[in-house]
Amino acid sequence: MTRQAIVSLISGTLFGAGLAVSGMIDPARVRAFLDVGATWDPTLAFVMGGALIPMVAAWVFVRRRMRPVVASEFHLPATTPIDTRLIGGASLFGIGWGLAGLCPGPAIAALAIRPIPALIFCLGMAVGFALFRMLPPQTQGERHGLQAAR
Amino acid sequence: MPGFPQADPIHGLLGGLMIGLAAALMLIANGRIAGCSGLFARAVGLSSAGIPRVIAMAFAIGLPLGAALVAMLGGVEARFPTSMFRLALAGLVVGFGTRLGSGCTSGHGVVGMARLSPRSLAATATFMTTGIATATLLPIAG
Repeated sequence: MTRQAIVSLISGTLFGAGLAVSGMIDPARVRAFLDVGATWDPTLAFVMGGALIPMVAAWVFVRRRMRPVVASEFHLPATTPIDTRLIGGASLFGIGWGLAGLCPGPAIAALAIRPIPALIFCLGMAVGFALFRMLPPQTQGERHGLQAAR
Repeated sequence: MPGFPQADPIHGLLGGLMIGLAAALMLIANGRIAGCSGLFARAVGLSSAGIPRVIAMAFAIGLPLGAALVAMLGGVEARFPTSMFRLALAGLVVGFGTRLGSGCTSGHGVVGMARLSPRSLAATATFMTTGIATATLLPIAG
């Protein structure tokens, strides 16, 4: 457990540093990417492309492993089905993302750069999490079964 | 970049590689998805997902730590909307939407897309579409 927490801290730190280096932590830049009507800023396409390279390699590597390096098993969500809950949630998330130029990772990372506005956004997120928790349990049901076929 | 005066593709690519390496480490070493919304919800005690809370908290603490380290080496720009109402509302919609849709830009957009997960491909196409529509139709005001 301790080793997993240390790995998680290193991963989070590298992730946060990447958000800062890439400009993804800057809501104005994110909005300039999403706003295709103004002077379009394609930087975020490079961020997503850059992030996909090591991640594709990681999935190829993981497919040949029975277990992760410091944990006893993989905890992977199901990859199907596509349902209304998924599409509805993703639609809402995109609206919020376009409104402020912030998604969860950059908002949390920005607590170290612009504490007050980042905290306001993060508190809003926590309220959103809490509202979701008030839904009936069958609506909340996570699709987080262990999946053998990766 | 020619035609795109504000673009910074070098830093974008470099930062993106760091994000991808971080997510790859989480998968290979811990066997878990580096999804910021789910991990943050678990870290603040607002998710009953199976991941031990200490692991989620360690990741959530790392995010600002990493940004702070970069800020120490050079300026990090973060231009927020000035309207507090807009920030709070956007946060609420993002919080609820990411829980309902089981992920955000990291879990679906990076990790799930790289896995070619049909759910993540559909989610990413959806939030890119509504994100572009919202940012394009609503002026920056506020």
